[in-house]
Parts: sequence; C-alpha cells; structure tokens
Amino acid sequence: MNTAPLISILLGLVLAPMLPGVINKTKAFFGGRKGQPVLQLYFDLWKLLHKGAVYSRTTSWVFRAGPIVWMAAGLAALLLVPLGRTGAWLRFEGDLVLLVYLLGLMRFFVVIAALDTGSSFEGMGASREVQFSALAEPALLLSLAALARQMGTLSLSGMYSMMSAQTLITAGPAMLLVAGALLIVFLAENARLPVDDPNTHLELTMIHEVMVLDTSGPDLAFILYGSAVKMWVLGALLMGVLLPVKTGHAALDAAIMVGGMMALAVATGVIESTMARLRMVRVPQLLAAASALAVLALVLVFR
Amino acid sequence: MNVWIDALIVLVVLTNLKLLGSSRLVPCIRILALQGVVLGLLPLVAGVEPITVRMVIVAAVSIGLKGAVLPWLLMRALRGADVRREIEPLVSYGMSLLIGMAALPGALWIGSRLPLPDPRVSSLLVPTALFTMMVGMFLIVSRKKALTQVLGYLAIENGVYAIGMALAQEQPLLVEMGILLDVFAAVFVMGITLFRISREFDNIDTDEMALLKD
Amino acid sequence: MILALILGPAAAGALAFVLRADWLRRGLLVAAAMAHAGMTGYAWVHRPAPALGGWLELDATGLLFLSITSLLFLAAAFYGVSYLAHESHGVRKDFEENLFFSNAPEQVFTGCLLLFLATMTLVTASQHFGLLWVAVEATTLASSPLIYFHRHHRSLEATWKYLLICSVGIALALLGNFLLAVAAGQAGRHVPIVAADLVRHATQMNVPWLKAAFLFFLVGYGTKMGLAPLHTWLPDAHSEAPSAVSALLSGALLNCAFLGILRIQQVLAAAGQGVFGQELLLVFGLASMAVAAVFLVSQADYKRMLAYSSVEHMGILAAGIGIGGTASFGAMLHAVNHSIAKAMLFFVAGNILAAYKTKATGEVRGVLGVLPVSGVLWLAGFLAITGSPPFGLFLSELTIIRAAVEQGHVATAVAFVALLAVIFVGMAGVVISMAQGTPPETTVRPRRETVLSVGPAIVLGLLVLGMGLYVPPAVREAVQKAAATTGLGDNSSYGHGRHGDAETRGRGEAATTIAGAAVPHTTTTTTTARAEARTSNMATAIMWSRAGGRKHGYERRDHGTQATAAEGF
Repeated sequence: MNTAPLISILLGLVLAPMLPGVINKTKAFFGGRKGQPVLQLYFDLWKLLHKGAVYSRTTSWVFRAGPIVWMAAGLAALLLVPLGRTGAWLRFEGDLVLLVYLLGLMRFFVVIAALDTGSSFEGMGASREVQFSALAEPALLLSLAALARQMGTLSLSGMYSMMSAQTLITAGPAMLLVAGALLIVFLAENARLPVDDPNTHLELTMIHEVMVLDTSGPDLAFILYGSAVKMWVLGALLMGVLLPVKTGHAALDAAIMVGGMMALAVATGVIESTMARLRMVRVPQLLAAASALAVLALVLVFR
Repeated sequence: MNVWIDALIVLVVLTNLKLLGSSRLVPCIRILALQGVVLGLLPLVAGVEPITVRMVIVAAVSIGLKGAVLPWLLMRALRGADVRREIEPLVSYGMSLLIGMAALPGALWIGSRLPLPDPRVSSLLVPTALFTMMVGMFLIVSRKKALTQVLGYLAIENGVYAIGMALAQEQPLLVEMGILLDVFAAVFVMGITLFRISREFDNIDTDEMALLKD
Repeated sequence: MILALILGPAAAGALAFVLRADWLRRGLLVAAAMAHAGMTGYAWVHRPAPALGGWLELDATGLLFLSITSLLFLAAAFYGVSYLAHESHGVRKDFEENLFFSNAPEQVFTGCLLLFLATMTLVTASQHFGLLWVAVEATTLASSPLIYFHRHHRSLEATWKYLLICSVGIALALLGNFLLAVAAGQAGRHVPIVAADLVRHATQMNVPWLKAAFLFFLVGYGTKMGLAPLHTWLPDAHSEAPSAVSALLSGALLNCAFLGILRIQQVLAAAGQGVFGQELLLVFGLASMAVAAVFLVSQADYKRMLAYSSVEHMGILAAGIGIGGTASFGAMLHAVNHSIAKAMLFFVAGNILAAYKTKATGEVRGVLGVLPVSGVLWLAGFLAITGSPPFGLFLSELTIIRAAVEQGHVATAVAFVALLAVIFVGMAGVVISMAQGTPPETTVRPRRETVLSVGPAIVLGLLVLGMGLYVPPAVREAVQKAAATTGLGDNSSYGHGRHGDAETRGRGEAATTIAGAAVPHTTTTTTTARAEARTSNMATAIMWSRAGGRKHGYERRDHGTQATAAEGF
C-alpha cells in the first residue's frame, strides 16, 4: 500500500484549510447569517502570501523562525498521523511520542516567538497557552497510551489500522472515554470554544490570537495554515477512534475519513455555537476532567 | 454484553467525578439521581440471576425513590434555602478532581485485594462502590454547604448499596424495603432541617454553625 | 406481645400528632409509658414468644436493655409532663444570647417521644441484623426533632451534627451488615443474619470477612454510642436537647447502640475470634474515658459536662466487655446503674436550668439554697455517677477493675482508676461549687419544687442507691445471663494465651460462664442454666463477701447453693 499513505497526506495538505471554513459556516448557520465562504481560508492564504511582512525592531531571528517551525512541525506531524485505516507514511514503534513532541515543538516555538516581541500582551497569551497545554498534554498522552495498551502496539499507524468495529464492541467504554478525552484536547489545542474564542479580540479573553498578533504577511499565512494542519492531525486521531470502519477499498476508506473530518468540523461548530466560553479558572478543571477520563480509560484497559 | 455492564459502571464513576468537580447544586442533585438510577437498574440488566418479581419490585422502588422522590425533596430544600452554587469549598474543585483521580486507582487496588466470593456482576463493581463511598465522605468533609453534605451522605449510601449488590446474598425483602424507607426518612428529616437552617442562618453554610465547641 | 410493645407506642405517637388538647396528649404520654412499663414487667415473668419468625425476640440482653429503656421512659414521661406544663408557648427569650426563639409544637415533642420509644423497643428486640440496622437509623430520625425542641441556632447546629454524623456512621454499619452476610454465606447457602443462627454456624464463617464486618459495626454503632473519637456529636446534642430528652438519649439510646455492638461481639466470640473484638473494644473504651476526662475538667456548661460523663461511661462499658470474664458482668450491671444515675442527673439539671436560666457553671451558685431537694439530688447524683459507694456504680466499676487485675491487665486497671479519679476531681469542682455559695440576685426562686419535677429523680436516686446496697437476685441473674450471651465469660483463655480461644471453646453454643474470677478451676463449657447460675451465684457470693460485711443476708441465702455447688466439684 505504498500510494495510500501519500494520498492521505495529500488529502491532509489540500483539505486542511477547509476545516476552519466548515466550522465558520456552521456557526454562521446557527447565527442565522450567511457567513464566509467555506473556502475563505484558501483565499486568505493566497492573499497573505502575496503581501510583505512587517517585523518589529525589537524582534530577533526567533520571531522569524516561529511561524516557520510552526508550519514545518505541523507538516511533519501530518506525516506521522494515519488517516483511518490507511497507515501513515512514517511509522515506527513509539511514533506517538514523536507526534506529541512535534505538537509540543510547534507550541514552543510560537510561544518563544510571542515572548520575543517584548510585548506584555503577547506574553500574557503565551503564559495562558503554556498553562493550558501543560494540562492538556497529559490527557493526550494518557489517551494515546490507553489506545496503545488496548491495541498492543506503540505505533500510531499500527493502532489505528488494527481498529475495527469489533474493538468498539469489546472495549467500547474505554474507547468512548478516550474519544471524550481527545475531543476536549482537540477543542483546547485548536483554540476552540469553550476554551478560547477564535473571534474575540479582547485582551481578557485571547489566548492563541494574541500570540500571533504581530505576525503579518507570509508569516501569518504559515501560522494559519499550520493551525489548519494541526486541526487536521488532532481530528484524524479523534475520528480514527470514533469511525473504526474498514471497507477494504483504500479510496472508500479515505472518503469516509474525509467525511468524518468534515462531520467533526460541523460538530465543533455546533459546540462553539451552543456553549459559552469558560472562565479562565474553569479551563484547568475542564482539562483535569479530560485527564480523568483518560486515566479511567487507561485503568479500564489495564484490567 | 459484559462490556456494556462495564460501561454502566464507568458511568457511575463519571457521575462521581462530576460530583467532585461541579459547583452548581442543581446539576449535582440530578447527577446523584442518575447514579442511583443506574445502580438500581444494574441487577436487572446484569443478567446474572434470573429476574424475579422480588428483584423487579426492589429495583422499581429503589429507582423511584432515588430517581424521583429524593431529588424532589432535595430540590424543595434547595429552593427554600435559595442557594444555587457552592462557592468556596474547603478544597478547590480542581484539587478535588485530582484527589478523585488519585483515589480511583486506590479503590481499584483495594478492590483487587479483597477476596471476593465470586464477581457476580462485574469485577469493576466493588472498586466503583468503594470509590463512591470515598467520594461521598470527601464531599462531606470538604464542602461547606449543608446540602452538599446531604449529597455526600447519599453517595455513601449508594456506594454501600452497590457493595451489597455485588457481594451479598439476597437480603430479605423486608430489610431492603426498610433500608430504602430509612434513607427516604433520613433525607426527609435532613431536608426539613436544611430548611430550618436556611431560615435561621440565612444561608446553609455549615461554617456558620460552629458555636458549640469546647 | 413483642409487636404490642413496639406498635403500641408507635400508634400512641401517631395519635399524639393529631390530638389538640394538651392535657389529652400528656395523659396519653403517661398512659403509654405506664402500659409499656407494665408489659415489660410482665415480660420478666413470662418471656414473650418470638415474632416475625425469630427476627423479633427478647433474649436476656435485650430484655435487660428494654427494661432500662422502659423505666427511664416512665420517669421521663412524668418529668416531661411537668416540663411541658411550665414551658410557655409562643416566643420566648433565650437565656444565653438574648435572642428570641419559640418552641416546637407540643404535638411534635410528644409524638416524636413516643415514636422514639417504639424505635428503641424495636432495637432491643431485633435479632436480625438488618432489622437492627433499620431500627437504629429510625431512632436517629425519631430523636432529631426532639433535640430541636427549643428552636434556636445552637440547637439547630446540634441537631444537624447529630443527624449527619450518626447517619454516616450508621451507613457504615450497613456495610458491616453486608460483610456479615458474605461471611455467613460461606457457612451455608441461606444462613440468615439472625443472631442465633449466626452463633450456631459461627465456626464455619469466613473469618476475615467476619472481622471486617465487626470493624464496620464497631465504627458505625460506635458513632451512635459515643465512643471516642466518634463522639463529637454527643456533647452538643445532649446539652442542647430538653432535659427529659437528654436523659433518654444518654440513658437509653446509647445502650441501644451498645446492644448492636454486643450482638456482633457475640457472633465473633462464638466464632472463636472474641479476642480480636475485645482488644478493639478495650482500646476504644479507654480512649473514650481519656477524652472524656480531658474535656470534663473545667467544663463551662454543666449539661455538656453530663454529656461528657456519658462518653466516659460508654467507654467504661466498652472497656468492661473488652476485658471480658467477670468484667462483662460488671459492664452489664454498669449499664443499668449508669442509665438510672444519668437520667436522675439530667432531670435535676433541667430543674436547675429552669430556675437559673443559664447553663454556665460559672454563674450557678447555691443550688442547695434555691432548690433544696434538687440540690441534694444534684450532690447525690454526682456521687453516684463518679462511682462513690454506696451507689451502684461503685460496685460495677469495682467488678471491672477487679476482673482486670485478676486477669493480668494491670496497666489497664491502673489507667482505668486514674481516669476515674481525674473525672471525679473534675466533676467535683463543678458540682460542689454549683451546690454551695450564694445564689445571684437574678435567680428566680420557684415557689416550691413540684412533685413531678423532683419525684422521678428521687425515685431513680433511690433505685441507684438500692442497687449499690443490694442487687435483687432477679436482677443479678438477668445481668449474668446478659453477660453470658455475649459469650465472654470464659477467661481461662487468657491464662492459656490468646490463641487458646478456638480450642477452649466448644462448637456452636456460646454459653460460657463468668465464674472464673474467684475460682480458677471452674472452666465450664456446660450449657445448663442451672450450673451456670450455681457457679456464678457462688462466685458473686464470694465476691460480695470479700467486698465487705454488708452482704450477710446474701451469704445466708446462698449457703444452700454454695453447699450444692461445692458438691458439684
């Protein structure tokens, strides 16, 4: 199956920017508006790439490196993540640890880029981001550990390719708990409500938005594209657990997974429209709950 | 089939975690009701013993009591006390959740050490019941509002009832009904006392009730 | 008839809620109390048949505790009538904090009091552990409105603590029930958790589960009984309740909780694990005495002081059972004596409270002058409760100490005596300073002390005095049988070491005697009641004769049995 992983990577590269579009369209639908076109992010990226970047005098090479590493690490993560039953292009035992650390690398560089600007505004966003991801990362790792234990392999591709409807029947509760934990991590890492409002521009409430306040031009394009790829990566992890279908046809499998990703985007839009943003002090509790779900799943599969 | 019994039991654990982490009292009452209903349903759906009329009666009374009557009593007490949230617990909610998460492996370990006669319903039931009891006691100790203490007491009762279901031979019908009646009467009396407390102190903080001491 | 004993007061209680006229209700209270006492007295003569298929049965221990309850309730009913007559309706001013409060409606008081009696009767008669649990929880629920009679925030706080702590404790006892059922399940498929059946199958029961069950019962019913460190609700509840209710709570309810522990100890002893239970009970008992001693000294509230004294005496009961042998006889006798003396003290305290309008020991002076009869009773009650001769508690405490020394628990006996001494000194300071001195000017002098307010206390005082001078044979036999049913009479096992338990006991019946203290060779495992009575009569006769020359009549009467007993050996 040499071409199947490449096709899933291609799908990821091409279709990732559509996810935020679908989310925004869903939110517009809930708000009774027509909303942006679904392909809006593509247009934005095209526009931004054709602009020049403005760099502040207080920044250094770190600020220029941040967005680039963000996108690069995101693309590297895309190489590791299996889309449904088709494996990833890069696979080895323990690649789930690499995945988590690539996500961490992304985050680290954008944080230090934000700190590099010397603005307290970005620093505030950076500190919030780091606090929340410190709580979200254990949830992610524990969920993946539970999956690894259940499937008996430490490779992401191995895990996901072995999943089938039978898994849901034999280890249903654990899988559902893992899915719940991954959903909360998905919302937290992608700066979605109820953790962070991507539309807000108020100092009190920004987390991710504020870190990239000073980026412009191609840098901003890299940031936006990298965010979309990150969403695709985490979404693939989640939908792989929830849709363990194995039809045998690579194309059909891929189509089902893409449909699942879009469904996840719609679901995210629904969640965003129906829930209010949590107060800052409540977000750690939500993430602790995600960790609790992951611990419970781990305990269940260890029995 | 066995897995979905486990799912129900996991649901009970989740209700406990929600009790630990939630500050709004009305959802807490509903969650406790859900816990009681699930535990009441468990013997019927477990399929371990053939369903007898007696089992159905006990399950029906217990579900009716824990799912409808007790929450109604507690809601009435809550409305009379005019309180909505537990604002300042002695142990913060995040810390409570973390303690709950730490207690869960502990309960599992204790459950695995007990020489059970035979795990009739599921091997997860006894640890979950122990966990429920721990959560109940923690709620009584760490929360200030008197209503949350009543919820903790009910959680302890739920846990003990679940252990009884898991371990014991069948209790005579009279005793089971007596236990349920006692729980109902206890909550009834506690509800009346809560009402009086709210009248007397203008709130239901047990912190205010610290006059009698040596 | 057992059902009549339970349902009668229950029906009267229900009736009291709907009666409008005060005099009718109070008459109903007294009538129900007298009927109950009458039926209990009849039960002594003619033991009633078991009801509910053996679930309700009055064995020796149950009958003893039922009699204590009935007697105390009778006294409380008479006292309560005068109390209710003096408690005014409507809004009143609180003594301590100058705020206004009202009393609960009298229907609630009388009705709950009668329901309380019914539930306590149910506890004493229950042989099935599940039914026992239901009854104990029901006593908690029946008595909490009584504590909240004076409706102000202090009593509300006391009621809340009582309700919550006791309910949680009793929930743990329910877990003990389930564990007991598991332990019994190993003995046979359908062994119901009825005390007699469990005792019969005791040696086949699963020991770790039985021990775990005992632990939960001890913690659960120990909370209700007031053993330290689970006693925290007791001082508040017993001091804030009206005095008649406090008397019943201290004198009758704590005994009923103790009965629950005794029943499981009986099963444990029958299974050969009695020593495990005894060690725990001894620890809890001494701890309770120590805690009570610490808090009794310089106690500022005299009703609270009486409550701590209850904690101490419950500790003595537990320690007595923990030591075993003759000490368990002493403990049962002590239960009787303590209840009578404590009730008397609470009645007197109620009179003092009504006259002085304060519960602070610092402000009450000159009781002997203001309330002559109550003052004398107060002093007499203090002497009684701290174990001075010639009152009954002296004899029971002496029995326990003697048994401890003779079995080699010298350290326990020393600690026991030391704590009793500390408590004596602590209480003496308070009581004597209250009795003497000049009363403050604001004291209201009642015109005269009514018969009903001091009568019950006088009768109880005379009873406890009488128990110290002469224990009627009927009572003595009943106490012996009660002690024997706990299965802790054989102290030769202590001589052979703790592991000798299983060997020295036979299978099945737990009827060992309490004879060993004075006569080391009488290790009997016979089950005939006559032999029991003979040897124990002899033992106690010898004991009394050693204790002093007061018991001439005793010795003469028992001469015949002494001779026959000597023949038996």
